[in-house]
Amino acid sequence: MTLTAARPRVAVVVFPGTWSERDFAHVATEVLGWEHRLVWHLDTELGACDAVVLPGGFAHGDHLRTGAIARFSPIMRAVEAFASAGGPVMGSCNGFQVLTEAGLLPGALMRNDHLEFRCDWQWLRVERPGSCPAWLGDLADGDRIRLPISHGEGRYVADEATLDELEATARVVLRYADPGGAVTPAANPNGSARGIAGITNAAGNVLGLMPHPERASEAEIGGADGLRLFGSLERWLQQRPAAAERRL
Amino acid sequence: MRWLAEVHVSLRSGIADPEGQTIGSALRSLGYATVSEVRSGKLLRIGFEADDHAAAEASVTDMCRRLLANPVMEVATWELRADEQTDESPVLPS
Repeated sequence: MTLTAARPRVAVVVFPGTWSERDFAHVATEVLGWEHRLVWHLDTELGACDAVVLPGGFAHGDHLRTGAIARFSPIMRAVEAFASAGGPVMGSCNGFQVLTEAGLLPGALMRNDHLEFRCDWQWLRVERPGSCPAWLGDLADGDRIRLPISHGEGRYVADEATLDELEATARVVLRYADPGGAVTPAANPNGSARGIAGITNAAGNVLGLMPHPERASEAEIGGADGLRLFGSLERWLQQRPAAAERRL
Repeated sequence: MRWLAEVHVSLRSGIADPEGQTIGSALRSLGYATVSEVRSGKLLRIGFEADDHAAAEASVTDMCRRLLANPVMEVATWELRADEQTDESPVLPS
């Protein structure tokens, strides 16, 4: 694949039951002026693209476990290859769940501790954004951003050793916080371990987060903090050294 | 030959189970005051073909490892037996 396009090209993966792909496509094309391509889960190739998004929804009806069946969809081989080559991948909400089931990110997402579906605006504290420069490069440690959440199964779980390793390697990049940026039990909307809302992989190119940046990319609909993630990607793609492009 | 596996997927100890806790609360509120814990899980009945018991056991092990249980928070146990039923009276409920 080539990465010389002036406009970022994002592949948006669609599983049966995905519901946020049109929002991502709208933001990519109408708000950002990017190119996008919807890629069906039975496809085996992503096509020429600079980034991949796994949107929210209920892939395969969330049957068995969220993301458990989606991880075996044919397109996931291409997503895994793209990620292992260093390509930027974002999984939001159900996409985060798919990434954990696929083993691209550690841990799992389980039923919210209060058993309710939670749809609300949520403050988040950004931590160690340098660990995930493709998606968070424009943000600073300690920044507060406000994004919608919309999930019934967003409680991040992992064993203590995994959680400790994530913290030690600066891979917890988003936590649920109150409006002042404090990570408290009251600000945690689902019972996630250590208030974790988003993590990145060891290489820093794969981001999984429960919130929806694509639903917060126009001030008219209540907030535009999601644009800071997409802006980070655009800048990262522009500034990436030529050597890195060739590796992809 | 045909086999029937009953696979039980349950949460690892230490993994919070809000569904089980809620069911436990409901039982206590119905007067079952001695109920101290409820853990929820899944039961999967799987009918399939395999040459012999060892092959059937290997198949179920593989199914659990690849798909049926997520080792991050779940464990799978199962009972396996030959399915003697005919097609006219399947063991698997429809």
